[in-house]
This record gives sequence, C-alpha cells and structure tokens, in this order.
Amino acid sequence: MQTVIDAHNVSKVYNADTIPVYAVNNVHLHLQKGEFTALVGPSGSGKTTLLNLIGGLDKPDSGNIIINGVDITTLSANELINFRLKNIGFVFQSFNLIPVLTAKENAEFILQLQKVHRKERIKRIEALFKQIGLSDKLNERPAKLSGGQQQRVAVARALASRPQFVLADEPTANLDSRSASNLLDIMARLNKEEGITFLFSTHDQRVIDRARRVITLVDGQISNDTAAVPVTHEAPVSTEKS
Amino acid sequence: MWLIKLAWKNIWRNRSRTLITMAAIFFAVILSVLTSSLQDGVFDNLVKNMVSFYSGYIQVHKKGYWDEQVLDNSFEASYKMEQSVLTDHNITAISPRLESFALASSAAITKGCLVVGISPEEENKITRLKEKITEGAYLQENDPGILLSEGLSKRLQLYLHDTIILIGQGYQGATAAGKYPVNGILKFGSPELNDKALFMTLPLAQDFYGAYNRLTSYVMALKDNSSLQKTSASIIDAGIGREYEVMTWEEMMPDVVQHIKTDTASSRIIQGILYLLICFGIFGTLLMMMVERKFEIGMLVAIGMKKIKLILLLLIESVITVVSGCLLGIIASMPVVWYLNRHPISLSGETAKIYERFGFEPVFPASTETIHFITQGLIVLMIGLVLSLYPMVKVIRVRPVLAMKR
Repeated sequence: MQTVIDAHNVSKVYNADTIPVYAVNNVHLHLQKGEFTALVGPSGSGKTTLLNLIGGLDKPDSGNIIINGVDITTLSANELINFRLKNIGFVFQSFNLIPVLTAKENAEFILQLQKVHRKERIKRIEALFKQIGLSDKLNERPAKLSGGQQQRVAVARALASRPQFVLADEPTANLDSRSASNLLDIMARLNKEEGITFLFSTHDQRVIDRARRVITLVDGQISNDTAAVPVTHEAPVSTEKS
Repeated sequence: MWLIKLAWKNIWRNRSRTLITMAAIFFAVILSVLTSSLQDGVFDNLVKNMVSFYSGYIQVHKKGYWDEQVLDNSFEASYKMEQSVLTDHNITAISPRLESFALASSAAITKGCLVVGISPEEENKITRLKEKITEGAYLQENDPGILLSEGLSKRLQLYLHDTIILIGQGYQGATAAGKYPVNGILKFGSPELNDKALFMTLPLAQDFYGAYNRLTSYVMALKDNSSLQKTSASIIDAGIGREYEVMTWEEMMPDVVQHIKTDTASSRIIQGILYLLICFGIFGTLLMMMVERKFEIGMLVAIGMKKIKLILLLLIESVITVVSGCLLGIIASMPVVWYLNRHPISLSGETAKIYERFGFEPVFPASTETIHFITQGLIVLMIGLVLSLYPMVKVIRVRPVLAMKR
C-alpha cells in the first residue's frame, strides 16, 4: 500500500516567546492511498492547523511532513505553491469558487495553471462534471448554483488536476443535510471507484459516519485513531463508522 | 490569454468599484489638464500682452545695440533681410523701427522722450498701436504728424493739433531738430511708455535724426510663442550676417521671465496638491479592492496559483482600468479646454479694470497645446500604475492561511 502522507513529530506553536500554545503537538500521522479519513475534535483542537500543515499552507515549527516521498517542510514558498498545484486538491468550507467564472471555467482554472492542453482540459472537465452530476450546469456562474452544487464544483476543481489526495476543511459545514449527503455520496464514490484519498476536518457526524478512519485530535494531539481499514477499490462504501 | 479574460471579468465583477476607480482617474486627468492648460494659457496671454506693449517677440539689431542704445549702433535698412526673415512661417509680421531720445518742448515745458520711427501699418500688426489711440487719428504712410503718449501729453500740456518741438542728437553727432503737429494721443498700459513715448513715421524719424535709410531694429510677431527659440535660430540660419544680434523677448524682458518662473513654481505646488489628492482617491479604491479580495487571493495561492501570475492578473486589471480612465479623461477634457480657449474665463468689476489699466486683457484663456493632454494624461497614468504596485506588494507578502481567515 502506497503511503501518501507521512507526518513525523509535527508541532506548531503559537506565542512561542511568551506563553506557548501548541496548536499541533508532536503528531505522527500516516495516510495510505485510497483512505477516506475524518479528522475530528472539538473547536481549537488543531484540526484546521494540521490540515494546513499537511496542505503546505503553513510551516510546522518542528517535525517533517513527507508527501509522496517529498519532505514539504524543506520546500520554499514558491516550490510549495507548485507542489500544491500538482499534488493536493483543496475543498474549502465556503466553496471559494471564482465568482466571475462559470462552473466549468472554475474547474478548468487549475488545469490552465498546470498548462494542460485545451482538448485534454475539456475531456477531463466533462468527465468530472458527469461524475458530480452537474453536466447541465457547466456554464452556470456560482451565484446561480445552490450551496451543494457549488461545493460539488469545488470538488471537481480539487480533482481536476488529479492530485495525490484531497484535503477538505469542513466541506459540509455550510450545506443542508440533503446537499451534504449528496456531496458525501459523490466523494465516497470517487474514493471507491477512483481510489482518491480524502482527508476531512469535520464536526459533522454525517461525515464521521461515512469515514473509514477517524482521527480524533484533542489539544493538538491525536487522542484516538480508529484502525485504518485496508481499502480495496471493490470494497463497498461503508455508511457506518468503522 | 485566459489571464486577460479573467482580468477583464474581474474588472466588471464589481462594477461600482471599477467605475469609482475609473472616475477617480477620469476626473483627475480632467482637473490636471485644465490646471495645466489654464496656467499655460494665462502665461501665453501675459506674454502676448507684454510683447504687444512694445518689444515684439523677437528683435534684430546691430550687434551691441541692446547694451548701448544709440543711433551710431543703427544699421542700414535691408529689404532682402526682411524677405529672408519672413520665409519662416512662424513669423507673422516684421516692422522696422528707428528709436532714440530727444527733448520734447511745448511753450514753457521741456521733457525727455522716446522717439520711435515706425512703419504705421506693420507696427500696428505687432503692437496694435491703432487700438491705443484715445484722441485723434492713427498715422498714415508719410504722415507729417506725430502720436503722443497720454502722460507726455499731459506733462507738456500739448493736445491734439498742437505743435511739439523736438531737439536731440542725430546720427553721427548731427543736430536733430524739428517741429511736428500732434495727430493723436495714445494710452499705454505700461506707465513707462505712457509717460515718454512719441511715435512718428519712419521716414520722418530718419529725416529728424539725419539717419537716412537707417534702422535701430526689426521687430517681429510670431504665430506660436512655444517655437520662440527655434524661430530665433532660424533667423540666424537665414544668414542675416554676423554684424546683427537676434534677441527674443525672454532676453529683452528677463523680469517677465522671472515672474513666470516664480508663478510656475507656486502653480507646481498647487498641482502637487492636486496629484496628492489624486493619489488618495486612487489608493482608496485600491485599498477597498484588496480588503474585498484578500480571501480570494489567499485561496488562489492556496490552490496553486503562482504569485507572479497573480501579480500579472492584478497588473492587467490595473492597466485596463487606469488606461481607460486616462483616455476617457483626455477625451472629455478636450472640449472643455477648447471651450475655455474660445470663451476664456473673464474677470469683471474692479479687478478687470485694474488689468485693463495696465494694458492686460482681463481674461484667463486655456491653452489648447497637445502637450498638456499628453503630459497630464501620462502623469496620472504613472500615478495610477505606481499605486497599482500596492496590491502587487500585498500579493508578494500574502500568506494563504492568514488571508483565508474569516
């Protein structure tokens, strides 16, 4: 099984000079390809900070984060941008689509940054929109889409570049239960059929229930990590907590 | 190409913000062009007034005459020189003069005066002497009479149709004496001229001073004062000879040049304040934009957009907005400047009377020189583009984690 994320002794300290606050404290985390993992914990437990560290959006004060064999803690800011573009897909809580672009253009945007040829871009985007069930909304602006539809476009954007894994920060937080369930179905199916690795930070019980692995953070430390269930592409997607 | 497309879409995403930025630049250009063209127009008018008092834009003398203004430094009239000078299209008129001093007497009073021999028709083209007549008639060719300035007339108590007696030193030490009827009274704005000038026809002056066919200067009027130096150089290039000196009004009236310089300096300060206001206007809209788009910029960097591409995107947005604002401002300022040139701002009441008393037109016309539109448009463009560096600096410093914090 291929290790996608390998974090060793990762710590992030705020106010290091005065009263140090450990947002993430000596965390060890290993994620295999194809995992569908939820990072849970109370507010302030360090979920988003850990997600930011793994996503290369922030630098740890100590420890190493190795993604696909590359220690991202040693990369410069510019190298990190490039690394994120090629290896990590992001889904944010508030969708964060570019309002002036259509749904298709939003998803295509990442591919334009990657300088993917137009024909290949169209092929990929059309396939992705079919998978997320929005083939009829390709040319709609975000403002014309519902919250659930916008988040599905955000998933399409995250997946367009064929990343090593997708980091989703509270992806269902702004959605009603039907849209959230719909979104989770899509992500679970992509995980099952395409073997795409997902790591969520969430409070949402519906996400936790669908996750194969649940990592609980308390005060910046992993307090519980349910046994990682080996994933095979044939395995049915569990709707129960593992 | 997709970056330009995205920039264009971004510009129109928030129409009011874009329109506010463009309006700030638009009005900045109009104000700036107006200030500059009015300032230049007023100076041009001042120069026009000053040169039409007496000096003309350019004079040609025998070398050394300006330092020692005596008849012995006169030169022989040359029709050939007049024609060669007139080949320059910027010269609209050339008038010969013979000037010297004499004692003017009435029955009991004597006073020193400036005697100017002129070619009435040509002189009128340059100094509009005819318009200064308050009594009597203007000189005709070979007129035996003279024109007397108002101040001198009062001092000598000589009025229309009286006879004036002139005594002086003529060319090469000859005695000059004559008596002439007063044909008209002139009123000058300049107190200096008003108290001592006396005009007669050129042949009459040459006869009075015994300086037959001799002149002390050729005085010229120009179409365009901005080409003053070029025209002066072209007269020298026309081969008038080394024995002559060509002087511009700037050389003959350094005090006027100094006045313009001083006034320009204070105008620069006003214009500087205007530019500062323009800076605040544009910067305010940029600040607003950056606050509004902070999250989006953080998100774009997070998903993998290189900062250099993001900077390029913002640069394209700025260039389109600033250039459009500038072009629209230049286009809109053209009819305003043209109108103010044709219908200058007029002073009224006491202020206008004061201006007129000194021989100045009480008007502030705008200059329609293209240079004002180009220079001011470019200055505002540069201000806009330099201020656009602010969002770019913010992009360089952006940290996606901090930028995306709600």
